[in-house]
Amino acid sequence: MADAQAVSVAGGFAYVRGEPAPALPPPFASTGFLGWCRANLFGTPFNAVLTVLTVLLLAWVVPPLVRFLLIDAVWTGADRQACLESAAHPNVGACWAFVREHLAYFTYGSYPIDGRWRVDLFFIMLAVGIGWLLWLDAPRRDLGALYFFGIFPIVSFFLLYGLPPLGLEVVDTSRWGGMLITLVVAVVGIVTSMPLGILLALGRRSRMPAVKTLSVIFIEFVRGVPLITVLFMASVMLPLFLPQEYSPDKLVRALVGVSLFSAAYMAEVVRAGLQAIPKGQWEAASALGLGYWRTLHLVVLPQALRITIPNILNSYVALFKDTTLVFFVGIFDFLKTIETARANPLWATPVTSASGYAFAALVYFVCCYSMSRYAAGVERRLAVGDRR
Amino acid sequence: MTLGAESGPPKIPLLRDPRFRALVIQVALCAALAWIAYELEEEVRANLVRNHLSSGFGFWSQPAGFDISQALIDYSSSASTYGRAFWVGLVNTLVVAAIGIVLATIVGFVAGIAQLSSNWLVARLAAGYVQLIRNIPLLLQLLFWYNAVLKTLPGFRDSIALWGGGYLNNRGLYLPAPDLNGNGLPIFAAFCLGLVGAIVLAMLARRQRLGVGLAAGAGLVLVLGLPFAAFVATGATFAFEYPEMSRFNLRGGLEVLPEFVALLAGLVIYTGAFIAETVRAGLMAVPRGQTEAAQALGLSRLLTLRRVIVPQAMRVIIPPLTSQYLNLTKNSSLAVAIGYPDLVQIFTGTVLNQTGNAVEIVAITMAVYLVISLVTSFAMNIYNARMALAER
Repeated sequence: MADAQAVSVAGGFAYVRGEPAPALPPPFASTGFLGWCRANLFGTPFNAVLTVLTVLLLAWVVPPLVRFLLIDAVWTGADRQACLESAAHPNVGACWAFVREHLAYFTYGSYPIDGRWRVDLFFIMLAVGIGWLLWLDAPRRDLGALYFFGIFPIVSFFLLYGLPPLGLEVVDTSRWGGMLITLVVAVVGIVTSMPLGILLALGRRSRMPAVKTLSVIFIEFVRGVPLITVLFMASVMLPLFLPQEYSPDKLVRALVGVSLFSAAYMAEVVRAGLQAIPKGQWEAASALGLGYWRTLHLVVLPQALRITIPNILNSYVALFKDTTLVFFVGIFDFLKTIETARANPLWATPVTSASGYAFAALVYFVCCYSMSRYAAGVERRLAVGDRR
Repeated sequence: MTLGAESGPPKIPLLRDPRFRALVIQVALCAALAWIAYELEEEVRANLVRNHLSSGFGFWSQPAGFDISQALIDYSSSASTYGRAFWVGLVNTLVVAAIGIVLATIVGFVAGIAQLSSNWLVARLAAGYVQLIRNIPLLLQLLFWYNAVLKTLPGFRDSIALWGGGYLNNRGLYLPAPDLNGNGLPIFAAFCLGLVGAIVLAMLARRQRLGVGLAAGAGLVLVLGLPFAAFVATGATFAFEYPEMSRFNLRGGLEVLPEFVALLAGLVIYTGAFIAETVRAGLMAVPRGQTEAAQALGLSRLLTLRRVIVPQAMRVIIPPLTSQYLNLTKNSSLAVAIGYPDLVQIFTGTVLNQTGNAVEIVAITMAVYLVISLVTSFAMNIYNARMALAER
């Protein structure tokens, strides 16, 4: 068929081509690695200059960094001698031996050594809760939410603080420290800010003027001041506000401050979600005879919270970074234990500080970056559902 | 029962009437809050008496008696009051915030635009910077800059000489100071006057729909010309005072505290990363069709950017940008960790420890930040109302 057509188009002339010419291979410089470089690195003279400058910058920064962190790093050693410059080690990089030596301190603080299994159990329970909630196809995620926001905090409290009838000795919070405190502050902030934030967001959108005004005042007040002043207020003023016999412990004061602070930010995140729900949803629920709370529970919140999940997670990332500020009210969180260990004279070397900070930065980065990647993933997944 | 009564709205039992319920809830809420406030006040009074703490604002005019390492307004430990110390701290906070905002904006815009660059390497590098910095707590970064970078710099004898005659060592940064032999104030005033004039001119030009280019030219003349005229009129001479190495320290020039350098570096790099994301989001919010339409109309690349892309992107960028500026100002309170004498360090730190007036001092500090935030968001609302798209 094709041949016959070609002949008819060509009109029988031998010198007229009857079929398309075979495609030439693309020019050498537009394919493969070279073509990619030309398109992405040297497209214009300006881009070429930028590329050269960037390469120079990287060549200036990256090799010394790699040498410091890996090649010249000291991995083992019992004290500062290992990390000092000597004939055997003319160039000393990061002192990872220091981090190894203090790893238990960075994790548990001064928690009694024979009670550390309790902290480990807390970490495992936390991991289970987080995994259950974050794995979107996990079975019974409603139970997971109940576990994370209800059972887990209560069990953890008795596990960590102690319950003498069950044989768990009381461990005063002044002995808690390190990653344990960081996670406790973050979890308490997450668990309390969610319901408080939802209530405040509803209050702000309420038609009752008194409720609305009070919510707005609280939210704008807390969002207008730095967290550090909220923590100062909690740590200096809470004891003044309460009778002496109930004077709360230092950690509890900081937790109150962090919770109130993150609740105000959470309220704004939730409010954005509530605003995205069309009015028709409320009206339809009313028409079906649902009351205010049932409308919220069955119609509005499931939709509003679903679209706000990425923003909620991002505000959790911010909260996790903000936990470092409990440092200022004398609580030994992860960063504070690094600061304390850094000053340990047994390990005083010129590279100790940089090593400690590099380790802390790595830990915070891994936690926060994975959380924000997850949030971005959820956002993409939601976008797929809404695509038409 | 008459017909008239039936045609009225159906009678709702009082307990099911939403208006009545709302009233009860609000009255109960207010009453509860008032009761809590009353109880708290009683308790605070009792606790203050029990702990022998003073209260009231009497401390404001008492002598402070402590030194402040950076005082830009007159202050001395022997003669100044706690009130004066408050102002010193506030000025220090505002100075670091103002310089930080300018530098963070530059860093943020460069990194934000670089993230969208067609150059793969530049885009990756900018994205790497943003991701790395955003995911590490600011406090850790400040401690790193101060303890691991600035404190490990060489001592003053081995100061690093900077290009242009400055020095950097572990005691701080020493820069050449512009010296106008005492005529700085009138020249600075002339500069401010020129700036105000240029802004007014630009606003007038916009209102009259005159060529904005003309206004920009005239504005430039005002901004540069007025100070120059003042410079000539006052007979000032211009020179730099360079820091000089003496036996025990560096003398002369502009001495910048290492705490200030560390705080500024941390704030600028941290906030710059957030501004970069804001800028990227803003530029990406302008639909591609806008660029194509501008090109179809024959606008040059520069004109496309100036007249089409940037005005639309700015509408998206400015509100989050303002909140980043506020964040930077609030985050400057972390100065406490490295000992830069800002408002929180001086006032909620030293003054609180010396006087013990916790309630008043924390309240004043919060009020300062609150006023800054509220004024900014008020200005923001006005701007938003003016910039909002005119819809039906």
